[in-house]
Amino acid sequence: MAGKLSYLGVELKRPRAAFFDFTGCEGCQLQILNEEESLIDFLSLVEVVNFREAMTEASDDYDIAFVEGCVTRDDEIQRLNKIRSNANILVAFGSCACFGGVNQLKNRFPDSKWAEKSVYGNHPVETRKAEPLSKHVVVDLNIPGCPVNKKEVEEIVLNLVLGKSVRLPCYPVCMECKANGVVCLYDMGEPCLGPVTRAGCGAWCTKAGTGCWGCRGPAEDCNLELIISMAEEKGIPEEAMMDRIECFGGFAQKLGELRGKTPPKAGGTG
Amino acid sequence: MKVSVNASIHHLSRVEGHGNIEIRIKDGMVETARWDVVETPRFFEAMLVGKLWENAPWICGRICGICSIGHTLASIRAIENAFGFAPSAQTARLRLLLKHMETLQSHILHLYMLSAPDFVGTGSVFPLIESEPDIIRRALSLKMLANDLCDFIGGRRLHPTKTVAGGFTMLPDKAGLEEFLPRLINALKDLHITAEIFKTFDIPDFARETEYVSLKGNGNYPFIGGDLVSSDGVAKKEREYRAMTNEYIVPHSTSKWSRLSRESFAVGALARFNNNFRLLNTAARETASMLGLKPVSHNPFMNNIAQLLECVHVVRESMDLIMEHLGSETSAPRVRVEPREGAGVGAVEVPRGILYHSYSFDRDGRITACDCVIPTSQNNANIHMDIAELAKRYAGAGYKDYDIGLLASMLVRAYDPCISCSVH
Repeated sequence: MAGKLSYLGVELKRPRAAFFDFTGCEGCQLQILNEEESLIDFLSLVEVVNFREAMTEASDDYDIAFVEGCVTRDDEIQRLNKIRSNANILVAFGSCACFGGVNQLKNRFPDSKWAEKSVYGNHPVETRKAEPLSKHVVVDLNIPGCPVNKKEVEEIVLNLVLGKSVRLPCYPVCMECKANGVVCLYDMGEPCLGPVTRAGCGAWCTKAGTGCWGCRGPAEDCNLELIISMAEEKGIPEEAMMDRIECFGGFAQKLGELRGKTPPKAGGTG
Repeated sequence: MKVSVNASIHHLSRVEGHGNIEIRIKDGMVETARWDVVETPRFFEAMLVGKLWENAPWICGRICGICSIGHTLASIRAIENAFGFAPSAQTARLRLLLKHMETLQSHILHLYMLSAPDFVGTGSVFPLIESEPDIIRRALSLKMLANDLCDFIGGRRLHPTKTVAGGFTMLPDKAGLEEFLPRLINALKDLHITAEIFKTFDIPDFARETEYVSLKGNGNYPFIGGDLVSSDGVAKKEREYRAMTNEYIVPHSTSKWSRLSRESFAVGALARFNNNFRLLNTAARETASMLGLKPVSHNPFMNNIAQLLECVHVVRESMDLIMEHLGSETSAPRVRVEPREGAGVGAVEVPRGILYHSYSFDRDGRITACDCVIPTSQNNANIHMDIAELAKRYAGAGYKDYDIGLLASMLVRAYDPCISCSVH
């Protein structure tokens, strides 16, 4: 590992970092190991002291906690509280931690027991409404994305180590899409939340020809009604837009108002 | 001498998801030997109900953070089968290439970062960055190749962005694809060195007779779709997967369990190897014989070795697939699929074993029912029963708490479980 790092002549303290996972796919943590080219440099920036998926040693003495996944069971609330009391900085890591992620799609059924019964029959299984970490503890920093963009994570961690402030872009994905010279997907009849979703992903999906699903949550001043009517003008049905708006939970606040107009067509009424 | 053992491991490390091992032996009698999956359940099968078909691959890929490509491909296959759509040769070839690179990245992650530390006596791969930099650089270079090629074909290494029912949103450019060939040739060398390293590892000599379930190869070592087979002689069609998986619920686990001819069965690299050994390419068979793996092996620890020779197989075959693609006329990336009422199943061999997605649709293509059967949920009963047998045998041989706990942990890791997947 590299020697001691310094910035403007001041030696940097390597913060002790811990990674934790709640309800989710654990893919955001794996993004850390998935950026092979810079992994070793990243590990010289922080000292990883707790990362169950990759290491057996586990310490409760850490500065930064990266918490992936959302909360869906009471024991997770207890674990989360303990992490909160140990950590100086608690980072909600990925869309599940920030907004509930795809897990919160189960919340949309009017009968909250329907999902349990349909998967586990009459066998009782403990679960609760899928909620973001911020419903239960104070979150110092949100890094949204499904998955998180490792380049953005590295930049944020570097700023944390340097003691700089961290700000996510407040402009929409559309700006990054245009900067990449991508043909607007609306013109190709593809639903897309690029105009209302917070940038920072580098237009990951739209560059690949797939419309944005809003995994990073709303950009500043986002106007969902307008984008739905814009899409309709292009022949894109409202349902396709609603599927995307509700997919990762980032637009949950706005969704309640929209839902009044378009109730979910899902099962779960019985 | 009557032995007593107490080994309890809460939230086992270096596996994906949350599981506990509990072993208690008193005066030579096994009181408890359990594998408990305590992961929070996620309800993907319910989430999809009422949604239009296009949502399924996008949402279901999120079941897993390691094999999201495999889930996406199984979901797409289930949709295409339900709608009576057959993908073009170009699409099938690129999907297989993408699948191979996921297999490589997942197996390398497991072999080097999750499994190897047990054999060299460290708690993680991190101390090796300083003590064995060449080994770590080799592991990262193999993994990076696999992930770079996944990015190139699927748009993204995790939760792919270009894979859709009907094909791809866009195709990889041929010149760029050709540039991967020298890296793949180099990977074969790196895998040979990897095999030499694994040859020095002291793999526990433990076997328990097991039924192995996988796809049945038809001319090629199987990865995407086809008939189902078990080493006990059960043969079924892809659409009959439920007769192969027989899921049931046990009280101490949030993951369902499976059984077939016996109380439990196993899926994964070792199952594929045992059932399809003859279809491996020469390079992979040479690796098998170098590492002393012969079919049919009933030693679950040999799943590590089976993964290693599968890496060799997929790298070699990926070179052929790229050459074939470079020599073929390019056709449209994507053909629109038309929804229709019906049901479809997609079976795909993902790194940890055979995975099934099954959906029913109404005539608008709206999902009316969804069922996903995950490799780790099929393995959980077998892991549980292996632990009991392992504890009994090693306690009888005089092993103590710590060593039995460690061996049981290594056993679970050898299956490379994906626990959060198993409670999708």
